[in-house]
Amino acid sequence: MAENSLTQHVASLEAGEHVIAAAFLSDEPALALANGAIRLGDRNVAAHPQGAILCAALDGDRLLTGGDDGRVVATSPDGATQMIGDEKGKWIDAIAAREGALAWSAGKIVRARDAKGIVKTWTAPTSARGLAFLPKGYRVAAAHYNGVSLWFPNADAAPQVMEWKGSHLDATVSPDGRFLVTSMQENALHGWRLGDGRNMRMTGYPGKTRSVSWSHDGHWLATSGAEACVVWPFKEKDGPMGKAPRECGVRPHRITQVAFHPRALVVAVGYADGLVLLCRLGDAAEILVRDSAPDEGAISALAWDKTGARLLFGTDAGRAGLLTLPA
Amino acid sequence: MSESDKTPVTVLTGYLGAGKTTLLNRILSEPHGKRYAVIVNEFGEIGIDNELVVGADEEVFEMNNGCICCTVRGDLIRIIEGLMKRKGKFDAIIVETTGLADPAPVAQTFFVDEDVRARARLDAVVTVADAKWLAARLRDAPEAKNQIAFADVIILNKVDLVTPAELAEVEARIRAINPYARLHKATKCDVAISEVLERRAFDLDRILDIEPEFLHVDDHDHHDHDHGHGHHHHGLKHFHDEEMQSVSARLDGDLDPNKFMPWINALTQEQGPKILRCKGIVSLKDDPKRFVFQGVHMMLDGEPQRDWKAGEKRESKVVFIGRDLDEDEIRRGFLACAA
Ligand SMILES: [Zn+2]
Repeated sequence: MAENSLTQHVASLEAGEHVIAAAFLSDEPALALANGAIRLGDRNVAAHPQGAILCAALDGDRLLTGGDDGRVVATSPDGATQMIGDEKGKWIDAIAAREGALAWSAGKIVRARDAKGIVKTWTAPTSARGLAFLPKGYRVAAAHYNGVSLWFPNADAAPQVMEWKGSHLDATVSPDGRFLVTSMQENALHGWRLGDGRNMRMTGYPGKTRSVSWSHDGHWLATSGAEACVVWPFKEKDGPMGKAPRECGVRPHRITQVAFHPRALVVAVGYADGLVLLCRLGDAAEILVRDSAPDEGAISALAWDKTGARLLFGTDAGRAGLLTLPA
Repeated sequence: MSESDKTPVTVLTGYLGAGKTTLLNRILSEPHGKRYAVIVNEFGEIGIDNELVVGADEEVFEMNNGCICCTVRGDLIRIIEGLMKRKGKFDAIIVETTGLADPAPVAQTFFVDEDVRARARLDAVVTVADAKWLAARLRDAPEAKNQIAFADVIILNKVDLVTPAELAEVEARIRAINPYARLHKATKCDVAISEVLERRAFDLDRILDIEPEFLHVDDHDHHDHDHGHGHHHHGLKHFHDEEMQSVSARLDGDLDPNKFMPWINALTQEQGPKILRCKGIVSLKDDPKRFVFQGVHMMLDGEPQRDWKAGEKRESKVVFIGRDLDEDEIRRGFLACAA
């Protein structure tokens, strides 16, 4: 692996706290930290001065964060913060954003706020653990116990429920809107074809999948939770049904984070021992970004910039780095 | 992560009105120098300012194996995951359950969820019981009985409100269900906090002595354990609970692991819904280490512990607490595992 290495192109960044999420605001690398701050370039933004950041989502050039202080805060590239929601100390469990709209959950309470600032509220049957916007229309998928509800915030109708027994954690929708996928408590993914509600099981993980990423063409879903990056094919009408997933980055360490490159079929893979690899899907070629450093924590955040020239990563022990691909 | 690096979690149970909140407030207000994150069901009951008080929803989820006893607390998994982002801000976690809660899903969460297990360990289940009303609740409230059966530590509270005879009776009724828990008599939950927290009762390497505490009736620690088989009742009025009982068995010498492992697995699989808790220290043939295990319903956790010491008598002991257990069958099955 040594000859295929980009490690000399990585600049180390000061995080100092568990990195919850990574993002680029305009061109500035941003790290959302467990102490409630956002490390933006070399500044510290006190987004949640009284709490920890629990979840984050990027919308254009705004970073939206939810904290255990009950607040939903938007941070702009200039470091300005705006409080968008306040659940009076109830933890913000999940957050999702799309084109100026955002949604968050606190226990069973799910709120959606459109680009004009109008907030609608829906109560889930049990705690809503994961949220995702559908790519078309103004509709939110909320994962909970025994399924996912598809909620139109602007309609009075009860949400459509996609049922599947068990505890659903994170939710994601394919970029073309054809498939909805959740991670589950029992080390599996569950998928639905939204057109007809057909179920698909994606199993075989030794641990929970808590990070997923769609390829830029929407044909592949990369997933964490195994000792290889498991990549499911979603190009065909039936999605991954009856097909074996691709595997890349096989190592004897659990994968904790995945992030597809925004333009190429290359996935960045972060491991529990702190190593980061780039894997090319076609031939499974690998390039090392960061070497194993078990004392410096597990990779807990990974993000590409918009053009795919830079990769930002952070660990749960407060280390972070920025890869700039050589031109 | 080693066991000692994991955050200890104390589960506080107790039927309505027993004094659970009194105990919680005492734990939080005493100057013990420890910082606790507290997971509560009702905000506002705690009279102490504590920045790490988290409201829970007590969401009990079934596992996907179709079995009614295999349940976990979904909200607890989420909360512990979130609390770990505040690591370094607190030393231990206390989970308060509602008065009507079954402790099993809470305990099972620590067996089932890999991420919770990696970061936290169940320290003990502490049950607060009302000396005046417990006997009645054991008759009419299955939840109260579960809480007693599950406990590692029982605080028999409000003993000032009962006569010595009533106290002896309620104690005997507790012992009929759970002879193994540490029992403390208290008024206004005035027990030493060290008797409640950091008990390490759930640690496999601390199941050192599973002899019943029959003889600790007066709380003055007379060290006259009966190392025979724990079925004597010196002077203590004895009750048999119709429904809930404990079964213990002991065997001199080794067990055959090829018999014992299948037996304990099959027993907990088949009778899991009836078995609330089990514990054991066993001597496996040709193994220099003591094998310790414990379980909740169908979930078992076991590992080799320290070496048997030179001169230490190799023996095997198991304990089951549950509903409608077939004592003879369990004991026969266990004895048949002899090497
Ligand atoms: Zn079961």
